[in-house]
Amino acid sequence: MAVFEPVLLARINRPDSATLKSYQADGGYARLKEILSMAPADVTNIVKDSGLRGRGGAGFPCGLKWTFLPKDHPGPIYLCINADESEPGTFNNRILMEKDPHQLIEGIMIACHAIRSSNAYLYLRYEYGTSYRALDAAVKECYGAGLLGKNILGTGFNLDIVLHRGAGAYICGEETGLIESLEGKRAWPRIKPPFPAIEGLFRKPTIVNNVETLCCVTQILKRGKEWFQSIGVPPDPANPRDPGSYGPKLYCVSGHVNKPCCVELPLGVTARELIEEHAGGVWKGRKVKAVVPGGISMGFLSAAELDTKLDFAGPGKAGCLGLGTAAVVVVDDQTSMVDVLYNCCRFMSHESCGQCTPCREGTSWMTRILERIRAGQGKVEDLNLLTEVAGSMGIIPGTTICGLSDGAAWPVKNAISKFRSEFEEYITSRRASVTSAQRLMAAH
Amino acid sequence: MATVIVNNTPVEIGADERLNCIQAAAKIGVEIPAYCWHPALSVVASCRMCLVEVGDKKPDGTVQMQPKLVPGCQTPAKDGTVIISDSPKVQEARKATLEYLLLNHPLDCPTCDQAGECFLQDFSYRYGRGYSRLQEPKNEKPDKDHIGDQITLFTDRCIMCTRCVRFTREISGTSELQVVSRGSHEEIDIFPGHPCDNKLAGNVVDICPVGALCSKDFLYKQRVWWLKTATSVCPNCSTGCSVHVDQNEDHVYRLQPRPNPLAQGHFMCDDGRFGWKYTHSEQRLGSPGLRASGQIVSKDWDSVLQSVRGALKKAAESGANRIGAMISPWMTVEEAWLLCSYLTGLSPKVTLAMGPVRIVGEDDHYPKDVKGRAVEPVTFTIRAEKCPNRAGVELVLKHFVKEVIPAEELLRLAASGQFKAVWLVGGDPDGWISELQAEAFSTTDTVIVQDFLPSPVIRHATHLLASGTFVEREGVFVNHRGLAQLIQKAVRSPDDARPDHRILWDLAERRGLFNGDALRKEISEAVPSLALLANSSLAENGVILR
Repeated sequence: MAVFEPVLLARINRPDSATLKSYQADGGYARLKEILSMAPADVTNIVKDSGLRGRGGAGFPCGLKWTFLPKDHPGPIYLCINADESEPGTFNNRILMEKDPHQLIEGIMIACHAIRSSNAYLYLRYEYGTSYRALDAAVKECYGAGLLGKNILGTGFNLDIVLHRGAGAYICGEETGLIESLEGKRAWPRIKPPFPAIEGLFRKPTIVNNVETLCCVTQILKRGKEWFQSIGVPPDPANPRDPGSYGPKLYCVSGHVNKPCCVELPLGVTARELIEEHAGGVWKGRKVKAVVPGGISMGFLSAAELDTKLDFAGPGKAGCLGLGTAAVVVVDDQTSMVDVLYNCCRFMSHESCGQCTPCREGTSWMTRILERIRAGQGKVEDLNLLTEVAGSMGIIPGTTICGLSDGAAWPVKNAISKFRSEFEEYITSRRASVTSAQRLMAAH
Repeated sequence: MATVIVNNTPVEIGADERLNCIQAAAKIGVEIPAYCWHPALSVVASCRMCLVEVGDKKPDGTVQMQPKLVPGCQTPAKDGTVIISDSPKVQEARKATLEYLLLNHPLDCPTCDQAGECFLQDFSYRYGRGYSRLQEPKNEKPDKDHIGDQITLFTDRCIMCTRCVRFTREISGTSELQVVSRGSHEEIDIFPGHPCDNKLAGNVVDICPVGALCSKDFLYKQRVWWLKTATSVCPNCSTGCSVHVDQNEDHVYRLQPRPNPLAQGHFMCDDGRFGWKYTHSEQRLGSPGLRASGQIVSKDWDSVLQSVRGALKKAAESGANRIGAMISPWMTVEEAWLLCSYLTGLSPKVTLAMGPVRIVGEDDHYPKDVKGRAVEPVTFTIRAEKCPNRAGVELVLKHFVKEVIPAEELLRLAASGQFKAVWLVGGDPDGWISELQAEAFSTTDTVIVQDFLPSPVIRHATHLLASGTFVEREGVFVNHRGLAQLIQKAVRSPDDARPDHRILWDLAERRGLFNGDALRKEISEAVPSLALLANSSLAENGVILR
């Protein structure tokens, strides 16, 4: 098998890769005039036929999402670019924005043309100062070169891009939370229906796309849908509802590895390959205990499941929530899963927006139970309680508005089901290490 | 006509009814518990108490259920919608939600004002698990006394339903309340220096489903299970909000709005909510009296009424149009009818005037924008006309006289010596006659004053009838748009005072105790414009006369 050549990250090592000059020298914006002259529906069809699935976490087919907009809508339609990359372990959007902002801007232009929008709002995580400066400079260059603004390249297409820096909450990455935050409100996810495609930003039809998705759009229009479908995993013939996992994907590998990295590979690479071939193996010569397949809200793969294919369907087959953001976090065999899980729960409890009862109370309760277990006050029955609490929250059982609490529940479910003996041993040994007097003190 | 199936029972829904699952189930008495949902506020579906199973009945009779639970408040009930609210799955979800809501709740029911009318208590009893599995310390949140002049917040009891926040955004428009912090540390709060003191603020206490927002006025005064409730109408302006009067041992403790789509909707203003205090004023006139050697001397009702009858008879015999009466817009239709028919029965020509109608400023519309200007669509109006029954009294007066004259005209006639006897009905607790105006009656032979608070005219009164306030009376008020509503007697009058309807019933020497139903029937037969008073729906939401 030929070595895969990166496409999305092809330019990141060039000097001045973020400048317009360098981007155009590499063939950027070359076909833009031609694309903007195509019928919007044709552009949508190309993206739809390419099988591009959203890279933000849920993996919803991108072109299909665009077709949900009302036909012949007279008023404005908005595009929101979700650059609130806040899933722990994820740092691929950051590289795309810092190193190659024009690839993203071209994708925004194509998407806006396809959905007939002339206003794009880029919602950027506040902490990404470098990304902001790179994007700001790139947008200004485009305005200067007539690539943004009115009548772009004489095609009659108008587009303005607004950069908006968020104020740092995980929930702003949820698409309706992002819209609320962009409107200047508390980022409480909205109830659906109506979906944003019908009623989104400022109550107008809105499409929310991830940064990496739009970069893929640029490449699909440049190289064609056949190129895109030549990469990745075709649909499972046994599952008629599987749209397949086509295209390249940026995998972020971090945690207990020798060489944390963001690497572009065809969808469907295994966790083992990522760790051993691209991240330089587990650090200090240790072994893998667990791997987060795609950001901590997706759950855990055990060491026995390292050959799971990291495409949109693979992690689900291994009991995880999904591929998520493809942020692979490696946990070595010297680390306690109780500590790992506690860290996940503490994060989710801190970031729960507090709107829905099960998530608001459940995430904090699970954290407090784990705190108690860590303090030596745990009982083995607590594991059942944790599993029950985790099972009662999320959009999958239907008890919350958004998916945050699914992401809070899955690490708990996975950790307890896959590492139960370790939890039981931890609880018993910790309990034995504290005296009953200490337990009494800690309880008050 | 659409048919919804609730727990296997078909429910018919009108073609123009837009109901959610909670409302559709309520039609056949099935309760779907909810906290954040309120019929007058926007839907947020965040408390997750109303989760139900929902499906679709296809034309071929098969039912396809959705795999997930859905919030009943957010799901419209359409033709063929199948709602299941009693399955084990739904019961489990309710148990879980209630356990979550009670995790950090202090369970201080014994000292909580809401106990007895608390949805946390009710739903926990009906749907909860009965114990909590929390072993860790609870979150502690500070009480906030500074939320408003009339409101206090017990933050740790709050379940974050955000009804109060939505009320100040959507109904009053003043947006004082908001959510601060995140996750399980969330709290309701105000912007520093901007307390929730708008004129509708008291409603947030009513819509709070738990004991978090409490009324400072009612706090720790009564346990709610001691209270007896009477339906009534707020008399403070011509909006005529439907209310409940809660009393114990002849003492009123609070007024609460009674939802009525024909009247004000779901809410009431704080002017009305706290505007009943005068009913327990120390100044209340305690007994009837007669003037003897320059002083009003207390007498028993029989002698006073006998003297009144005698004086009026004498005045009637002295010539035409020697009797004048001021019929207060604070009287009920029945009271106005009793008095007018008695006086016109004495003399074919008497002067009947509408009592003073107090107008204060302009109609005050809500919601307001940040600059205090009213914005459309209007959600609530506090009217400038500060009396409950001008419309009703006017209809009665028009039946008896060709022309209804205003109070000023009667004062002018009295000052000119036209009358031998005048009957003046007060009833406006904020004063209805000035010192100067009262001088008009200084030379009148017989001045009968029917009121419950002292006023300047008592100086000239020959007969004093100590009457009752709206919480002591029974009858009909007609509001600004012609809606006739019934007020019920909630408490007994203090001392030897008597409610107006009883005074006038006895004056006319009608037999037995006051019989409102019979009287309303009599009025409805005599006055075509009041024909609907005999309607049986009067006691519920009232009837619109026009």
